Amino acid sequence: MTSEFALIAAPIIPLAAALLVSLSGKIPNLRDSFSVLAGIILFGTVVSIVPDIMAGGRPAFTVVEVMPGLALGFLVEPLGMLFALVASGLWIVTTIYAIGYMRGHEESNQTRFFASFAVAIFASIGVAFASNLLTLFMFYELLTLSTYPLVTHQRTDEAMRAGRVYLGILFTTSICFLLFAVIWTWVITGTTDFTPGGILAGKAEGATVGVLLALFAFGTGKAALMPFHRWLPAAMVAPTPVSALLHAVAVVKAGVFTIMKIVVYIFGISFLASTGSNQWLIWVASATIVLASLVALTKDNLKARLAYSTVSQLSYIVLGAALANQAGVVGGSMHIAMHAFGKITLFFCAGAIYVAHHKTKVSEMNGIGRQMPITLFAFLIGSLSVIGLPPFGGSWSKWFITMGAYEAEQMIPFAILMVSSLLNVAYLLPIVFRGFFLAPKETSDDGHVGHVSDHDGPSPGIWKIGALREAPLFCVLPICMTAFGCLVLFFYASEMHKMLLPLGAP
Amino acid sequence: MIRENLPALQVVIPLMAAPICILFKNGRAAYGIALAATLFAFGAAISLLTQVLGVGPISYELGGWAAPWGIEYRVDYLSGFVLVLVSGMGVVVQLFSPASIKREIDEEKHYLFHCAFLLCLTGLLGIVITGDAFNVFVFLEISALSSYILISLGKHRRALTSAYQYLIMGTIGSTFILIGIGLLYMMTGTLNMADIAARIGPVATTRTVLAAFAFFTVGVSIKMALFPLHLWLPNAYAYAPSVVTAFLAATATKVAVYVLIRFTFTIFGEHFAFEETPVATLLMPLALIGIVVASSIAIFQKSVKRMLAYSSVAQIGYIVLGVSFVSVTGLTGGIVHLFNHALMKGGLFLAVACVVLRIGSDRIDDFAGLGRRMPVTMFAFVVAGLSMIGVPLTVGFISKWFLIQAAIEKGWWPVAALVLLSSLLAVAYIWRVVEIAYFRKPPEGEDRITEAPVSMLLPMGALILATIFFGLNTEATAGVARQAAEYLMGAVR
Amino acid sequence: MDYFGLYNYWIVIFLMMTGFYIVISRDNLIKKLIGLNIFQTSVFLLFITMGKVKGGTAPIINHHFDTYSNPLPHVLILTAIVVGVATMAVGLSLVVRINEAYHTIEEDDIHLVEEEP
Repeated sequence: MTSEFALIAAPIIPLAAALLVSLSGKIPNLRDSFSVLAGIILFGTVVSIVPDIMAGGRPAFTVVEVMPGLALGFLVEPLGMLFALVASGLWIVTTIYAIGYMRGHEESNQTRFFASFAVAIFASIGVAFASNLLTLFMFYELLTLSTYPLVTHQRTDEAMRAGRVYLGILFTTSICFLLFAVIWTWVITGTTDFTPGGILAGKAEGATVGVLLALFAFGTGKAALMPFHRWLPAAMVAPTPVSALLHAVAVVKAGVFTIMKIVVYIFGISFLASTGSNQWLIWVASATIVLASLVALTKDNLKARLAYSTVSQLSYIVLGAALANQAGVVGGSMHIAMHAFGKITLFFCAGAIYVAHHKTKVSEMNGIGRQMPITLFAFLIGSLSVIGLPPFGGSWSKWFITMGAYEAEQMIPFAILMVSSLLNVAYLLPIVFRGFFLAPKETSDDGHVGHVSDHDGPSPGIWKIGALREAPLFCVLPICMTAFGCLVLFFYASEMHKMLLPLGAP
Repeated sequence: MIRENLPALQVVIPLMAAPICILFKNGRAAYGIALAATLFAFGAAISLLTQVLGVGPISYELGGWAAPWGIEYRVDYLSGFVLVLVSGMGVVVQLFSPASIKREIDEEKHYLFHCAFLLCLTGLLGIVITGDAFNVFVFLEISALSSYILISLGKHRRALTSAYQYLIMGTIGSTFILIGIGLLYMMTGTLNMADIAARIGPVATTRTVLAAFAFFTVGVSIKMALFPLHLWLPNAYAYAPSVVTAFLAATATKVAVYVLIRFTFTIFGEHFAFEETPVATLLMPLALIGIVVASSIAIFQKSVKRMLAYSSVAQIGYIVLGVSFVSVTGLTGGIVHLFNHALMKGGLFLAVACVVLRIGSDRIDDFAGLGRRMPVTMFAFVVAGLSMIGVPLTVGFISKWFLIQAAIEKGWWPVAALVLLSSLLAVAYIWRVVEIAYFRKPPEGEDRITEAPVSMLLPMGALILATIFFGLNTEATAGVARQAAEYLMGAVR
Repeated sequence: MDYFGLYNYWIVIFLMMTGFYIVISRDNLIKKLIGLNIFQTSVFLLFITMGKVKGGTAPIINHHFDTYSNPLPHVLILTAIVVGVATMAVGLSLVVRINEAYHTIEEDDIHLVEEEP
């Protein structure tokens, strides 16, 4: 199929899936197969556009002209391609995992869950392929709205409160800052189209550039730049597949993707670097990296720890964008993919541990490696990727961002990147250590640990092999796939680098 | 023959249909007559608008008497646009009404409802289409009196006091407008709008004309519920029958804004209105305060209709804000929001009407669990609510875009900031309802609550679909609004 | 300025303010309506005063006169009077219904009966 056709088909597939899923709610197996099938078809469609992009093509499609000069349209370029690949690829994996998790947990309202999932992916594809700020903004807001039912899935009071924080921060930032910046850009330049080299050069100068950058950066609440990061830990109240989706696949990646795209295609990296207005963003991003890592150290709840880790890792990407040089931008973009795979593995493991053993706290995880070796090994791989050690993907992206800092002569961020890796080790590896090397506590509150006998209501589908208590197959399989992905990306990084190179062109 | 006399028939057909409704004293017959008349009015309005878009403004002399001695009906871009809006809302509400009024109005009064409705529609259409200043007053009173009656049909006895309060304030407003028209007549010697505009030049700075403008502005501000003259609105909207609220919310205040725009730009002329007098400096702060204060009050209301009423006051603030920019973008934003708000608020009130039909109350606590029981209605509520917030893909976003663009173009940052902040207030009051409907458990034993009947869901659905359709394809709304704005701003005196 | 010759306008202003004051200050619903009526009447006077031309006679063609008063404001006022009558009718019928529902026509008593929801 031609790229244009694939481009048009790509958003339609998840939307159709959402419809089919909602209609087939009565037959769970049919419904879930729709989800998985749609994921595979979507990924195939997205992949088919890659050769065109590598060859320098930029397929485009305009949907409708909303107002004169402002159209809803799609345009594929390397960064969007990368994000779409990550989103569509990981959708498949997350869906399989979600099926296992939801069934293992006997969650209610699964149809609503999977339908909202599909709509969220639709919004992500829209964000990835948006050809101008207006389209991006539209799909960005749609993403917020479609993930709200996911975050508040449990429908408890706690979920409702989390939903309020989620919506509150995301809407406040997007309406008050991002929309303002978009319209302002429209007024000064007369267009909102993403253009290589940016559209602001010559139209804005001095303080305007800095203020606009601030509005865009803080307006993208999904990138979780401090102090607008609170929604991320608050959203942890959702079931783990949602956390995996939010924190690895769709929402946060859409956020940093937006910032990266705006830096490259609205400001233009050479323009931005020449004005020096990016300096403050470098500071804010660096501060977020360090502060979030420090907070992560203090968290005992595993998902909370991973949440703050995500906040920190996202600012790596923002830092890469803020450095406004080739290495930084390319490294930051690569990190979108690398971090996605690493983090999703970690979240999957956290969820698996919860499903199999109802444990959420790090302090409870002594000896869990004896019972869930596969899971914990995958956790190790994910951690190493996030920390940035070869032979895992994360090492490449970290390398490039660090190079970017060095080239831009930003020594303090450079040092912070080093320190942050150490902090990552400090909050991730102890979990692995505990799991494998420490003996499980003899007693615990609910008397689960160490007993072969049933706890109240053993989760269905747990593998029981001897003393092993692994999570259901549908959970373990995706974990292995993403962990393997971390490894594969290490070797595949050169292809990725080649694709992303045009981004760094002045 | 029909085509030539369409401007007159636009008003005459609903007017004649009203007493015919009373002849039969039968609710169903009255409904049939009313629906037919309303459909005709809608068709006529669309025909007129397409004519205007094709050939330019149309002028029609009533009775063949030439202007300025005779009464002239004049359809230009703005009036054609508002005509379509008012008659369209009339059709939607009429289609919606049978099931709803069965619950909310006594059976033996149904034919009176339809009669009053037609009179109200006549009045509103007449205000928009006429080109004669005094004619505006006459039709204004026709629509006002019939709306007092419509409001008083509500079941709760407070509907009566609300109608009375509206009567007092509304009559004062109309009388002020009358004084304004009289003083204008005194100075220019004519009542025809275009003629006044031509003759006002030499006398523009006399105290009489300034007084006329002042009286007029205050009078019309009462009618359109501009803060702080909005006090009649919350009660009137809260206690009237739900379809009446939907219709009035979508049309009455909008037509009042139309009168403001028409008089300010066409008759007084923007040079006089905005440069000789500090009206813009006065309107903008009032509009902004109204937006913020009314949105804030809305957050604390226990009755959903009351909450939406305060929200309407805020939205009128947006429209007036757009007008007070005195730029093409600002005026376009104001006019397009006139249309968009009618769609959104109409949809919201119709959704509330569905809820009232099923549970008999509009208190927010009674909405618990409705997300599950009445999924289509609540979904419609959510979509219209998102439009109020200004989420993209909906019409509300388009209006906000224009307003903020106008503010940035003028460099008035605080105004843009306030518009954006008020969207957050809208999030607060809309999300209250959403949370209660979707998150709270419904009270026990309420299993007989089902979705509203199809006859109500379809018109409401049409409005909601329009909310999204015109959020994506704005040629018909923003395009016409822009033409209207350019025409008004550049109007030849 | 001819302050005393324009006494009509002074009367208009006086009536207008009186009517307006009654509407605002009186609690009795019927008194409010009366105030409204006075207010509207003052406007009628304003219009009619407008129509009188100095030295003009009634606007019926008569060969002995060459200046006529303006008939148009009279027509306008007829319309306005009818509107005023209709408003009174609606207003008074509302008061009758309110009386049936609340057994009082004093506004503060009605407020007492209805606590703000």
